[in-house]
Amino acid sequence: MKTLIRGGRVIDPKTGRDGTFDILVENSVIREISDTIKKPEGKAQVIDASGRIVAPGLIDVHCHLREPGFEYKETILTGTSAAARGGFTTVVCMANTSPVNDSRSVTEFIVDKARTEGKCRVLPCGAITRGLKGEELAEIGEMFAAGIIAISDDGRSVRNAGLFRKALEYAKTFGLPVISHCEDETLSGGYVHEGTSSLLNGLEGIPAIAEEIIVERDIAIARYVDAPVHITHISTRGSVGIIEAARKTFRKVTCDTCPHYFSLTDEATLTFDTNTKVNPPLRSKRDVDAIREGLNKGVVDIIATDHAPHEYTSKDVEYDLATFGISGFETAFALSLGLVRDGVLDMKGLLAKMTINPARLLGINAGTITEGAPADIIIFDPGIEWTVDRGSFASKGKNTPFHGATLRGKNLLTMSGGTIVFNELK
Amino acid sequence: MNWKRKDLLDIRDLSKEEILFILDTAESFKDISKREIKKVPTLRGKTVITLFYEPSTRTRTSFEIAAKRLSADTINISSSTSSSTKGETLKDTARNLESMRPDAIVIRHSMPGAPHMLAAILDSSIINGGDGSHEHPTQALLDLYTIREKKGRVDGLKVAIVGDIAHSRVARSNIFSLKNFGNEIICCGPPTMIPPYIETLGVRVEYDLEKAVRKADVIMMLRIQKERGGTKYIPSTKEYSTLYGLTKKHVDTAADDVIVMHPGPMNRGTEIMDDVADGPASVILDQVENGVAVRMAVLYLLIGGEA
Amino acid sequence: MKKKVILDKKAVDRTITRITHEILEKNGGSGSLSLIGIRTRGVYLANRIQDKIKSVEGMKPPFGVLDITMYRDDISKLRSPEVKKTEIPFDVNNMTVVLVDDVLHTGRTIRAAIDAIMDLGRPKKIQLAVLVDRGERELPIHPDYAGIICPVSEHHEVLVRMSEIDGKEEVVIVKT
Repeated sequence: MKTLIRGGRVIDPKTGRDGTFDILVENSVIREISDTIKKPEGKAQVIDASGRIVAPGLIDVHCHLREPGFEYKETILTGTSAAARGGFTTVVCMANTSPVNDSRSVTEFIVDKARTEGKCRVLPCGAITRGLKGEELAEIGEMFAAGIIAISDDGRSVRNAGLFRKALEYAKTFGLPVISHCEDETLSGGYVHEGTSSLLNGLEGIPAIAEEIIVERDIAIARYVDAPVHITHISTRGSVGIIEAARKTFRKVTCDTCPHYFSLTDEATLTFDTNTKVNPPLRSKRDVDAIREGLNKGVVDIIATDHAPHEYTSKDVEYDLATFGISGFETAFALSLGLVRDGVLDMKGLLAKMTINPARLLGINAGTITEGAPADIIIFDPGIEWTVDRGSFASKGKNTPFHGATLRGKNLLTMSGGTIVFNELK
Repeated sequence: MNWKRKDLLDIRDLSKEEILFILDTAESFKDISKREIKKVPTLRGKTVITLFYEPSTRTRTSFEIAAKRLSADTINISSSTSSSTKGETLKDTARNLESMRPDAIVIRHSMPGAPHMLAAILDSSIINGGDGSHEHPTQALLDLYTIREKKGRVDGLKVAIVGDIAHSRVARSNIFSLKNFGNEIICCGPPTMIPPYIETLGVRVEYDLEKAVRKADVIMMLRIQKERGGTKYIPSTKEYSTLYGLTKKHVDTAADDVIVMHPGPMNRGTEIMDDVADGPASVILDQVENGVAVRMAVLYLLIGGEA
Repeated sequence: MKKKVILDKKAVDRTITRITHEILEKNGGSGSLSLIGIRTRGVYLANRIQDKIKSVEGMKPPFGVLDITMYRDDISKLRSPEVKKTEIPFDVNNMTVVLVDDVLHTGRTIRAAIDAIMDLGRPKKIQLAVLVDRGERELPIHPDYAGIICPVSEHHEVLVRMSEIDGKEEVVIVKT
C-alpha cells in the first residue's frame, strides 16, 4: 500500500525541515521526501495537502484511557479515536485503571487491546508503587518486559521520599523515565486554586506550594541519585522557577504542562462549572503568564494533554463532589496553536514540544518526518475556526470547559503507522 | 426600579441600586410583623420550599415566617428527611421538587455553588440560604438593613468583622455588600482564619482585636463553627475566647454609638461575652426581626409577579 | 394624543371643597372621622380635604397613607410592582374611615384598600371619596362622594394631575 501526500508545507522540528514537499509512504514507513514525487505505479492513494501544514503525528506523554475498569468513562477504542481526531499518533496512558497497571498482566491487557482496537499507538505507563498506594515498589521489570514505556503514580505523589528515591534508582536498570505528579496532600485537599477566585467563590483552595514543594523535593532526590526525572503537568510560576534554576546544574530534569494551564485562569471557576475542576487546579493569571514564559524560554519541554475523560454524572454534581479532570485530546492542539498566534512559540517550536521532545523523553523512534521513520503524520490547517461541541467528541468524556468556545486551528488528517485513522480533509 | 432577577444567589452580583431597592421594599414589609394581623395576601397561592441540607433553625424559620406572612404556602425539607441520605443527587431532588411546581426554593447547602447549579436547571426562583463558605446573601441584606436603621446610612462607616473570616459565608457576603457601599472594613481573627489574598477585596487585616475595634462604628462578630471543624484552626476555644472574645472593654473603645452584631447562634462566652450580647450596643435581636422583613421583600420581588 | 380637559385647576379646587362639605354633612362633623389617601394621588387629595376640614372645623382629622400593592388581585400578572410604605399612624378601630382616591374605575383598587384597612382593625364605617367616577365597574362598589361622574369608554383614560407631583392641576380625558 502506497500513499502520496502532495504539496503540503512540511514542518519537521527534528531535522529543521520547513518547505513544500511531497511525501511517499509505503506500508508503515516514510519512504521518500522530495520536492516532487510522481504518483507511483499501481494502487496508490494521493492526498492533496496543498495549503496545509504536514507535520509529525503528535505524541502525548500523559493521558488516561480508563480501560480496564472504567469503560464507562473511556475505552482504548474511544480514547484513541479521540486522540486520532486531535492529531495524536502516540499516547502514554497512566496507570490509575482498575485494576491498577502495576503488573505484567494488566500491561499485557492494555498492549493487546491497543493492538487490536487502538486507532493510534498506545504506550502504557506502569505504576511506581503497587496499587498506587505509595507503600512498596510495583514489579517494574515485569511490566517493562510487557511493554511499559515509563513509570508514574500519577494522580498522587509518592509521599514517601525514600521510596521515590528507590524508584528513581530502580528505573535506571531499564532506562525508564519516571514521571512525577507533584502534590503534597497535606497542603492540598481543596478543589480550586487558592487565590483571589477561591476567595470569591468560597471553594476550598489548593495552594501553589502544594505542587512546588514536591517539585523541589523530587528534583533534589533525582539530583542526588543522578537519575532523570520528568515533572508532569506543572501549573505554577514557582514550579517553572524551580525547574529553570535546577536545570542550570542538573540537566536530567524535564517537564510538561497542559493546554488548560496556559489557556485558562482560576477565574473560570467562578461560574462553578465543574468542567473547570482539574488537578492541579487552574491557576492565577500570574501563573499562566509564567507557564507561557516557561514554554517560550524552553523551561517547559513538552505539552501533554492530561486527557482525563469522565462520565457525565460525575460532573453533574456539586463542585466539591465532582471528579477532577478535563477531556483534552480534541482541543489540545487548537489551544496549543494559540501559542503560535500569541507569539509565545513559533510553529516549529510548538511542534517540537508535541512531537520530537516527547519522543526523546520516551526514547522512541517517532515524532519526525524523515525517510525510514514510522509514517505518523498529521495534516492540519492553523487558520480554520471552529466551535467546540462536546457532543461531537469521539471521546466518551464530554467534560470540557471549552464547550462552545471558538478555537482556531484544526487537525484534518491523522495517519498512524501508515494507516489513515482520521480524515476530514476535503 | 424594575426588578428583573429570577434568583438571589450572590450579594456580589447585586448593584447598589438593587440592594437599596430590596431594603426599601423591606421597610414596607416590616410593619406587617408589628400588626395584630401579621399577614397580607400578596403571595396567596404561591408555594415556597425550604430545602436545607445543613441544620439551621434561625434562617429556615425566618424564611418560613416571611413566606407565611405573605400568605404563601411553605414546605420544609431538611437533610434528615430529604432523599440525600438515600443517594439521590441534589439535581434529581431539585427536579423532583420542581415537578410539584413550587414558585421558590430556598436552599441551604454545605457546598459552594449548589444554589447556582439549581438556578441553572430550574424555572423556580432559587434563593441562596447559605452555600458552604461562599455566600449568605439574605444575611448580608438584613445586616445592611439593620445598619441603615441604626446608623441612618450604609456608607462611610468603619466596620470590624471578627472571627473565622476564611470559612464564613456571612463574612464574605458582608464584605461584598459593605465594600460596594464604600465602607472601611477591618477583618480580624487568628491568621489561620484569615484567607490569603483577602486584602485584594479592599479590606484591612488586623490580628489584634483591641486595635481592630477601636473607633469602630459597627462590630460584626462571627460564630466559631465548631461543627465545621472550626477548631482545627485554633488550639482551643478557650484560647480563642481569650484572644478574640468580645468584651465590654473592647466595646468601650469603639465609637460612642457603636453597634454590635452577630448572625447567631451565639457561643456565649466564646466569641462574645454576656455583657456585650445583652448590652446596650447589641442589635442582635433587631437583626433577627429585620431578617423576616428582608426575606419578605426578597420573596416578594422574586416571585411576586410573572416574568 | 387627543386630550380633553374636564376640570381645570379652579374646578378641581371647587370640587374638593364640595366633597369636603358633603363628608362633614353626612357624618355630622369631623368627630370620629379619619382620612386615608390611596397612593399616589389619593394622598394629595386626602391632604387637601384635611386642610379644608381644618378651615371649617378648626381641627384636622387623623390622616393616613395607604399603599394597596400587597393587596392587589393582579400581582401575579405584573412584574413585582414596587411596594411603598403604608403609614396609618392612628387606630382605625371604631373610626369612620374615608378612603380617598383620584379615579374610580373597576373598583378593584378599592376592594384591595378595604381589605388592607380591615387587616389593621375594625373601623365603624368605611366611606369612599373620589374626584372622578368614570364608571365601568367590575365589582359592586359605589362611591359615597364623587366629584364628577364622567362615563368614558375603555379606549379612553382619565388622568388626574395634581400640582404636588405633576406640576399642573387638571383632570383630562385622553385616548389610549
